[in-house]
Amino acid sequence: MIPAAFEYHAPKTLRQAVATLRRYDGEARVLAGGMSLVPMMKLRLANLAAVVDLAKIDGLAFIDETANGLAIGPMTTHYAVESSDVVRRVAPILAETAALVGDVQVRNRGTIGGSVAHADPAADLPAALLALEATFIVAGGPRRRTIRADKMFVDAYTSALNEGEIITEVRVPAMESGTGWSYQKLANRASRFAVVGIAALVATDEAGACTRARVAVTGAGPAPVRARATERYLVGKQLTPANIAKAAARATNGIEFLGDVHGSPEYREHLTAELTKRALTEASERIG
Amino acid sequence: MKINVTINGETRTDDVEPRTLLVHYIREMRGLTGTHIGCDTSQCGACTVLVDGLAVKSCTMFAVQADDATIQTIEGVATDEALHPVQEAFWLEHGLQCGYCTPGMVMTLMQVLERNPNPTEADVRRGIAGNLCRCTGYQNIVASAMRAAETMRGETR
Repeated sequence: MIPAAFEYHAPKTLRQAVATLRRYDGEARVLAGGMSLVPMMKLRLANLAAVVDLAKIDGLAFIDETANGLAIGPMTTHYAVESSDVVRRVAPILAETAALVGDVQVRNRGTIGGSVAHADPAADLPAALLALEATFIVAGGPRRRTIRADKMFVDAYTSALNEGEIITEVRVPAMESGTGWSYQKLANRASRFAVVGIAALVATDEAGACTRARVAVTGAGPAPVRARATERYLVGKQLTPANIAKAAARATNGIEFLGDVHGSPEYREHLTAELTKRALTEASERIG
Repeated sequence: MKINVTINGETRTDDVEPRTLLVHYIREMRGLTGTHIGCDTSQCGACTVLVDGLAVKSCTMFAVQADDATIQTIEGVATDEALHPVQEAFWLEHGLQCGYCTPGMVMTLMQVLERNPNPTEADVRRGIAGNLCRCTGYQNIVASAMRAAETMRGETR
């Protein structure tokens, strides 16, 4: 399969990239790792006048430890995230989730910024970034702005980015010490996308009562979401199997479940509760 | 567009359309047909090559993205004197039946074993998750990978 003809631009600076995107007035797209965009172009689901490749811009692939956590460049690959000692120490759920994206070849090229901007409803990283309460620094609009993870994923393949905006940094708060974590997914056997994926972070006080719970669901509906009802139920309670089961059942609240060849809405609803139970169980066992 | 690409040590400048896929550039313009096209939808891994040392699916990359890159394909894996240990192990362990997926399997396993010289069978299976064998010969492919890892660690049977 060969895409329709397009013009290719590989600017050296972010400013040039933004200017090029503006020139095409919505008919151009940013190319990061290309693990979603190239297949979409080959299937002619995306027919573009131009592609603006960020690969030649220096300084967009980095993982820095900051006072509060991590600053990650948008062109940082999933492999770089999964194999980073800093990420494993500061936000281990992100490294573990990145290691479950696609396959070796996809993780070698796919990027964190691309995954977020593409907003595939079955992508793995958005779940971890939602649970971590990550924020995204965005350039290219009238002014540089920051978008919170829970405002970023609007609908299937629709992020909060405006035309011409580019993510320049992903800020990930450090996981507080004592936080337990887990990412659980049922992967499509061919594409490795999540049929449903659940990211969970939990912390408890000295008496074992839950002080903080953050749970995010991907793959289930048109956009990844926080499972707020699950979180609210858990806070103040002991993380017993019974309480975890009751909390997990609430993870389906408010989700408009997708149905497709990979699973009916009923199946995804069942998976959401079941995988939330497994994620909360593993996370509670890992509180250290 | 003019691109400058080194494949298996040979550098050439070629004129390609932006939409030319890397796999088509490798096979049709460079004449290296060891890199196969299986599914053409980024799932089967038959088109895997190493671009600047990283295993990638060459059906999911434009040739223009490989401008100034150094690529290794299956043709560049053996020397005139010897097969690569991964190739040797596929031969010894009967790691192929029809052979269609083999070039991609070998390229991916070179990356997997470089990153983890002492893998478990589960590590190998995770490593080749992006490579499909429709003869379903995975058992012998995994055995080949385990033998190759031994050889590359300097162990002998």
